[in-house]
Amino acid sequence: MIDRRFDEELNELNNMLLKMATFTQESIYLAIDSIKNRDIKTAKIVIDNDKKIDEFELDIDDFSVELLARRQPLAGDLRFITTGMKINGELERIADLSVNIAERSIDLSSQPLLKPLVDIPIFSELAVNMVKTTIDSFIKRDAELAKKVISMDAEANRLRDTIQKELVEDYIAKDISTLSRGVSLFLVAQHLERICDHAKYIAEAVIYLVSARVVKHNKLKD
Amino acid sequence: MAKDIVIEAKNFNFYYGSVKALTDINIKIEKNSVTGIIGPSGCGKSTFLRSLNLMNNLILTARYDGEILIDGDNILKKDIDVVQLRRKVGMVFQKSNPFPKTIFENVAYGLKINGIKDKELINQRVEESLKGAALWDEVKDRLHVSAFDLSGGQQQRLCIARALAVQPEILLMDEPASALDPTATLKIEELIQVLKSKYTIIIVTHNMQQAARVSDYTAFFMMGKLIEYNKTNIMFTNPEHKITEDYITGRFG
Repeated sequence: MIDRRFDEELNELNNMLLKMATFTQESIYLAIDSIKNRDIKTAKIVIDNDKKIDEFELDIDDFSVELLARRQPLAGDLRFITTGMKINGELERIADLSVNIAERSIDLSSQPLLKPLVDIPIFSELAVNMVKTTIDSFIKRDAELAKKVISMDAEANRLRDTIQKELVEDYIAKDISTLSRGVSLFLVAQHLERICDHAKYIAEAVIYLVSARVVKHNKLKD
Repeated sequence: MAKDIVIEAKNFNFYYGSVKALTDINIKIEKNSVTGIIGPSGCGKSTFLRSLNLMNNLILTARYDGEILIDGDNILKKDIDVVQLRRKVGMVFQKSNPFPKTIFENVAYGLKINGIKDKELINQRVEESLKGAALWDEVKDRLHVSAFDLSGGQQQRLCIARALAVQPEILLMDEPASALDPTATLKIEELIQVLKSKYTIIIVTHNMQQAARVSDYTAFFMMGKLIEYNKTNIMFTNPEHKITEDYITGRFG
């Protein structure tokens, strides 16, 4: 017995997740552009779009719960729906962090430039790359690609530490008038690092989806 | 380890005349566990269950070879005492089948045909068995009314009590809840969880979720072969074989 309707529903859930991933990626791109270009208008688009993303997250959750209740899925189907719900939540958090970056961008754009941005664009590129790769690993159901994302997280932590140390030691500690801008950039680094974390969590979920192996909390459990 | 294995089939083959119904079944079943047997109709799961207390021997064309060890004894050997075997390996069927007798007599029946005459002992066993089947509280004041006055779910629990009365070690259940409503099904499933502390239970079920709920181990049969035998939590989240995955996710065929 092949239940084609259920396969169609699973496909639909997959497409909804891909759409959610597209919305989220768009938010990060725009938030980062707004920081780089000191562009308040773009930052506001990110903030406005978030409501749509929040609503879509709820739609995906509702649909997933409905599938669990009606289909009582097992094995690969069960893993897909439960990891899908997790990935959905992680994507929504990434979109929220993009909003946080956009808010800092509005703040920074209304003040003189503290310093030319060097490490923040590099960090942004890493975050965008991690999110893109983790979504690719989900699309391709590719555990190896997901592992690559996990291995990139150490660099994210390093960049955050470097940026935050520089801001505190070279600017805030030396000149208190830089405090507001310094803290905003400090927070941008923090938000970028959290985005990388959520990309890693998605990668861990993809590994479970593909192989049923739990790799989170640095553990490899069968 | 060996003492924990209560049933072991070794290269067990079963034929209905020229039709081979089971091929090379090898399985070890742990004491005090619940094993769910799943598989499509005609896969051999009921044939396997009924082989464990030689119920199939009632079929004239039945033949078999290999070994089935219960507590280390091969029950397929010629001189096996079938009555003793069926005392040890009780069975509950899909449709509740109480005798046209009172509730009390249904449970006492097996004791009487086993030659037990001591009334006090019989009373005690009937009470214990009805309690064991979670039916006592519902029937203690009407033990001498017809078993047919009970609801379907109660009748099925009466059949479980009847099986428990002769103090078996193993309980075979062939779709014991398939004719019951969800509440009565839940009672049977809860009962299975309680009973496994005393008995080893093997349950054939068409209901995948039921196997997932009640069993510690699940065996998947297809076309007379044991395809996969695994811990239930693994079987229903990450089965080893694609064909098992296809069956339990409904993509079979």
